[in-house]
Amino acid sequence: MVDLSMVNWARAQFALTAMYHWIFVPLTLGLSFLCAFYETLYVRTGKEEWKNIAKFWMTLFGINFAIGVATGIILEFEFGTNWSNYSWMVGDIFGAPLAVEGIVAFFLEATFFAVMFFGWDRVSKNFHLFSTWMVAIGSNLSALWILVANGWMQFPTGMAFNPATVRFEMQNFWEVLFSPVAMAKFTHTTSTSFMVGALFVITVSSWYLLKGRHVEMAKKSIIVASVFGLLSTCYAAWTGDESAFVNASTQPMKLAAYEGLYDGEKGAGIVALGWLNSEKKPGDSLPAFDFEIKIPGGLALLANREINSFVPGINDLVYGNAEEGIESVAAKMEKGKAAIADLAAYKAALKVGDAQAADGALAKFNANQEYLGYGYLLSPEQTVPPVATTFYSFHIMVFLAVLFLLIFVLFLIAAVKDTIAAKRGLLSLGFISFFLAMIASQSGWVVAEVGRQPWAIQGLMPVNVATTNISAGSVQTTFFMFLAVFTLLLIAEIKIMLKQIKIGPEGF
Amino acid sequence: MGQTYFSDIYRFYRNGFQRMTLGKTLWKIILIKLFVMFAILKLFFFPDFLQSNFSTDQERADHVLEQITGPARQNN
Repeated sequence: MVDLSMVNWARAQFALTAMYHWIFVPLTLGLSFLCAFYETLYVRTGKEEWKNIAKFWMTLFGINFAIGVATGIILEFEFGTNWSNYSWMVGDIFGAPLAVEGIVAFFLEATFFAVMFFGWDRVSKNFHLFSTWMVAIGSNLSALWILVANGWMQFPTGMAFNPATVRFEMQNFWEVLFSPVAMAKFTHTTSTSFMVGALFVITVSSWYLLKGRHVEMAKKSIIVASVFGLLSTCYAAWTGDESAFVNASTQPMKLAAYEGLYDGEKGAGIVALGWLNSEKKPGDSLPAFDFEIKIPGGLALLANREINSFVPGINDLVYGNAEEGIESVAAKMEKGKAAIADLAAYKAALKVGDAQAADGALAKFNANQEYLGYGYLLSPEQTVPPVATTFYSFHIMVFLAVLFLLIFVLFLIAAVKDTIAAKRGLLSLGFISFFLAMIASQSGWVVAEVGRQPWAIQGLMPVNVATTNISAGSVQTTFFMFLAVFTLLLIAEIKIMLKQIKIGPEGF
Repeated sequence: MGQTYFSDIYRFYRNGFQRMTLGKTLWKIILIKLFVMFAILKLFFFPDFLQSNFSTDQERADHVLEQITGPARQNN
């Protein structure tokens, strides 16, 4: 038997590492573009104040980048040790995107980063500006590749399973790259990261204005950040809508979980505000909510672009719905078990050199291989992710996104009217906005990752099959080591960042 | 000309590193972090399971196949 506590510790360790890594990444992605905007204003206007502003935010960008760089590499360590079955089976798919990411990151960091930080007085203004833009574009493109890999796990496409090598092998690179899930994930992740960067600028600038320090610099920073943040929020709303639309066809269980929809219906409403019934289980007759406010037809419109269309709920997806042509998980489990048995028979036939039996087993396996992952489940209900975690994370994210839209609008109006310095209530809200942005950003990933449980690879491999057959003890040890290392790095980041913020732009 | 070009690049990086103030602290953090990650964590705590326990790709493939078709996984 596989040690289930090991599976859960490996999950916890991966979540811990990914969430710490994600503290640094969105700020890098968003702030890099703001640095480019500030420097563009300097080059276009020739005003030294924009240069000072650009240099100040660039320094904070540099601190965040330096502390965060390579924290994601630990995820790759974990693949090899804790997730060896998964790592072996996806190696052919992930190799290309991650290699491209490595090459892009290396050349970007070795060249344009150096010019950005060392080159202020040593290269032309235009070349320095070009380098800053390349850092912004390159950092975001670098994120593309890891998101393509993540997108493939959520919607495996462009590949074929090779039973001889026991690997998913890439058949079509472009199909993997341009899969709808990968594209939705990339655009939504980067657009929300732009919001995080803009809110970071608003937080620091609000603090300056509350303290009455660096007032002109803070006001100018806020104008640019508010415009960027406002546009990014509109873009993020569009990409978020697209993500949900893609979820409806590729991961309908995730959509049902983050909307708390148990029984599918035509013209399903979207929950604007709700409190789940904690006693509710799939298949029972209890109400899903203790309290809810729904927008009629909203979910149907989001999922299918048709207000009266049918949106399947958790019960439809688990127990099937013949009328809507939805197969039950129990039926998929039978096919999955047959696929596993045929794969074992293929291996046994090869071992004794019986080519005819091997071919027969392989043909039968191929007929059911898309259900492979279901064969490892013990009950249909295992396909239901933690509904409460997914639902509340999604609604916290959406609620905060609406709040951010309001913050950007109010800051922009007040900054343009030049009344911002007097609005202490708004500045206090602005001061905490970056911390709220981190909560929203992390919540987004909780929706994406918790919402796709129990799958490591959607439909093909549940997490308990993806792990290495080792004891939980070693994973527990490294879990706490990571907790210590990452916490130290975070403390270092906060201390250095606060010190530089206190020094302010005059220190550069 | 090529030599001048490369020596210009060399001087650019050398002077850049020499003039760093905050950057020196950040580089120290980066180097300590990389040391902890690769020389301690990776080396002692994160062996690649399949690389460490099997010598050929065929053996690794056989092991993974055993893992995904064997009774250990199906009983979970």
